[in-house]
Amino acid sequence: MEKDLGREIMEMRECYRNGNTKPMSWRRSQLQALRSFLQDYEVPIFRALNLDLGKHYVEAFRDEVGLLKKSVNLALNDLKRWMTSTGAKLPIIALLSSAELVPEPLGLVLVISPWNFPLGLSLEPLIGAIAAGNAVVLKPSELAPACSSLLANTLPKYLDNQAIKVFEGGPAVGQQLLQQKWDKIFFTGSAKVGRIVMSEAAKNLTPVTLELGEKCPAVLDSLSWSFDKEVAIKRIIGAKYGSCAGQACISIDYVLVEKSFSSTVVDMMKAMIKTMYGDNPRESHSVARIINKHHFLRLKNLITDPNVKDCIVFGGSMDEDNLYIEPTILVNPPLESAIMTEEIFGPLLPIITLDKIEDSIDFIKKRPKPLAVYAFTKNEDLRKRMVSETSSGSVVFNDAIVQFAADTIPFGGIGESGMGKYHGKFTFDTFTHYKAVARRSFFTDFWYRFPPWNNHKLELLEDSYNFDYFGLLLVILGLKRSRKTFHVN
Amino acid sequence: MGSQPEDKAVFDTESGKEMVKELRASFVAGKTKSYEWKVSQLKAMLKMMEENEAQIIFALRDDLSKPELESSIYEIGMLKNSCRLALKEMKHWMKPEKAKTSLTTFPSTAEIVSEPLGVVLVISAWNYPFLLSLDPVVGAIAAGNAIVLKPSELAPATSSLLAKLIADYLDGSCIKVVEGAVPETTALLEQKWDKIFYTGNGRVARIVMAAAAKHLTPVVLELGGKSPVIVDSDIDLKVATRRIIAGKWGCNNGQACISPDYIITTKDYAVKLVDSFKCELEKFYGKNPLESKDLSRIVNSNHFDRLLKLLDEDKISSKIVHGGERDETNLKIAPTILLDVPKNSLIMKEEIFGPLLPIIMVDKLEGSFDVIKSLGGKPLAAYLFTNKTKLKAKFVAEVSAGGLVVNDTTVHLAEHNLPFGGVGDSGMGSYHGKFSFDAFSHKKAVLYRSFGGDSSLRYPPYTRGKLRLLQALLSGSVLRIIRALLGC
Repeated sequence: MEKDLGREIMEMRECYRNGNTKPMSWRRSQLQALRSFLQDYEVPIFRALNLDLGKHYVEAFRDEVGLLKKSVNLALNDLKRWMTSTGAKLPIIALLSSAELVPEPLGLVLVISPWNFPLGLSLEPLIGAIAAGNAVVLKPSELAPACSSLLANTLPKYLDNQAIKVFEGGPAVGQQLLQQKWDKIFFTGSAKVGRIVMSEAAKNLTPVTLELGEKCPAVLDSLSWSFDKEVAIKRIIGAKYGSCAGQACISIDYVLVEKSFSSTVVDMMKAMIKTMYGDNPRESHSVARIINKHHFLRLKNLITDPNVKDCIVFGGSMDEDNLYIEPTILVNPPLESAIMTEEIFGPLLPIITLDKIEDSIDFIKKRPKPLAVYAFTKNEDLRKRMVSETSSGSVVFNDAIVQFAADTIPFGGIGESGMGKYHGKFTFDTFTHYKAVARRSFFTDFWYRFPPWNNHKLELLEDSYNFDYFGLLLVILGLKRSRKTFHVN
Repeated sequence: MGSQPEDKAVFDTESGKEMVKELRASFVAGKTKSYEWKVSQLKAMLKMMEENEAQIIFALRDDLSKPELESSIYEIGMLKNSCRLALKEMKHWMKPEKAKTSLTTFPSTAEIVSEPLGVVLVISAWNYPFLLSLDPVVGAIAAGNAIVLKPSELAPATSSLLAKLIADYLDGSCIKVVEGAVPETTALLEQKWDKIFYTGNGRVARIVMAAAAKHLTPVVLELGGKSPVIVDSDIDLKVATRRIIAGKWGCNNGQACISPDYIITTKDYAVKLVDSFKCELEKFYGKNPLESKDLSRIVNSNHFDRLLKLLDEDKISSKIVHGGERDETNLKIAPTILLDVPKNSLIMKEEIFGPLLPIIMVDKLEGSFDVIKSLGGKPLAAYLFTNKTKLKAKFVAEVSAGGLVVNDTTVHLAEHNLPFGGVGDSGMGSYHGKFSFDAFSHKKAVLYRSFGGDSSLRYPPYTRGKLRLLQALLSGSVLRIIRALLGC
């Protein structure tokens, strides 16, 4: 099996070397094929997501399928522009030269995707990698088996099998793939595995993009308008429980509020959960399942911790057989408890109260840099401080998760939350080498570029590099005396 | 390898930890973020160069016998330019960039804000020890970071001069120099940095990246490779020859990452090319190049022996058509040209990094692209001399390298609007000009949404109607949206 994998990858490299993936026509055909796949297989995709994660089909469309369709259309629309070289301005001294940046594919790339958005996080990077002209191996997560096999069995019917392959499997297959030589590795997942990926990549000097996670805080300021309060609570609840039941890298992990505002917040949240999910959220089928027993038990331990369980103010019920956890709210669990030190990745929402909302800035700064910081506030000063004093992949004001849908701003982390970015043209860029190309003519030459050296040439060169054209003229005309003296004998 | 004087404290992991702690405190206190601080540091750097130009030139002469003009222009001059450019453009680079927003996040505004990464490590190389230490530092300062610089121990005079000058001129609470070799570098690499910028070779780069992986630290690696020069027969031979010489022996005697490594030309043209080289080389360096003051020496005996090994390999020494003279005492090797070396020889396997120039011959020039590909690895630069438009186009389309130059060598380095960096084995990331600022910045996306304009579409309870409307919205088709709203 190992030998086969190595051989298959070598064949893919040959395919890339033959130039099959470079022409615009090939890229276009693959993107169009992906678009058809998303259209033709929409229902089976919904089914697979429901099977793996209990996702409702509207959530699946909103968070995965719909966004993928948008991305593939964007890539098709903008492909020509993205592939066009851009000229660089040159100073006059360069005379009769031109310079440009020519985008070229990196070569053979590896995309490793996670289980929580198994279609979205597999195909979004794939779209960019194809648009950039690479050959691609996709390794979907084995923890979402229905989606993984859907991709493995169906993509070959639509895409060029020689240049794009799906390899299914668990950590063993992942490890084997990491031993190969890639021109880029795009990994979405945990920081622990991210370190392993980068260490393996180091052996071949392979550049990596790592989309990881960390605890994304939501700062909820005391809002005066009831309309604003409603919308803020709605967005927080929707973002927390409505996107894969909180199992998302950009989920709101915990909320920071002022003490005086907190009881209002809790009451409004309880009411909002009822509005969105009814009295029995399980029966609404709008809250995704926990992915597997391992994560279920992990989450269970977070809230059955003796120091934490009394902090539950809403929800808390769990069904191990069906891997279901009810939307749960906690108030002020101890800051050293696991629920406040590890990324939750589940439908548990701790609310931490502060004396003043401005304290949230220090609170956030003390902790590892997350993928996103959310702040619901109309206070201009607080906004400015949030942007300039905290560090995160991105900052979103008055909403959460939507930044994922934007394709004009980069999506990526910093520090523990990752490196590199994508979405929109940024995905194309992440799989591209921008090659600098400079052209000169034979016509003009600067004779003072060459040895043997003397003072005069030194002066001329210095003026040239300073773009001091007037000075240059004076020296050439012999009107400016060289102020340099030779230091060396 | 420099040896530590007895009274100097050993720089170990503990020292590294302490140093990073101190720098992080300075960074968190906001010292490096202010525009005024950045300006003060860059101006101080310019002053440092102005007041110490002689010392810098002497140090480079000690370490490399670098000709004064090369030191003045390629090291000091280029660094001055970097500082001046940063001073001029910094305000503009620091401004947030407005980003368009689309229907999917309507209504909203967005921008991309540049923020410093934090505490960064710059490890530099021995061949341009002054420039390659401070040029990345200029970018790191402009972007607002605290910095540790580890200059190369193989250029000890420059290393200790840098340590002294930086302590004298720059803000020691935010910018520090650690001198030393493997133990000190290892101690530094164990720490958690917000970025590591490394210039050097592939072997150590792997060690740097592996160490960075433990802390999820992003890296820029500026490495090297075998930069080929393809020479066509329809060119102005004299100009081309001079430009190749300038890029090869005029750049630290071939010890530069973008120096032309080897030449590919047609069998018919090779002899003419060699003759042109002989003629121009004599004009530049005289009849006795070993005595010319315009050539750097080989940096140390290790590299001297390495280069001789390449020359003295069996069947290779007979291929020398010019040069080959050596002076072991002064670590000098004359500009040497070899013709028709076998592709599997040592000199064609590794990056030469010295004054030896092999010429490979092909029947037709189009065959040169295959030669380049067959050697494997993507170099930092590739050069082509021709007047044929088709050949130029094929070169750009088929040869992958960090940067390409047509009808010259190495000049792209001076162009601050072009990113300077490698691909594949020649490295990752880039710098120069604004690219330096970007290399040491985090581009943070900021999205501002208002409370108005909310749509229940996004939220449960989920219905078929919501699905249709969401589909219409994501498609961007107004007609579809209207139809979905009307429920038909």
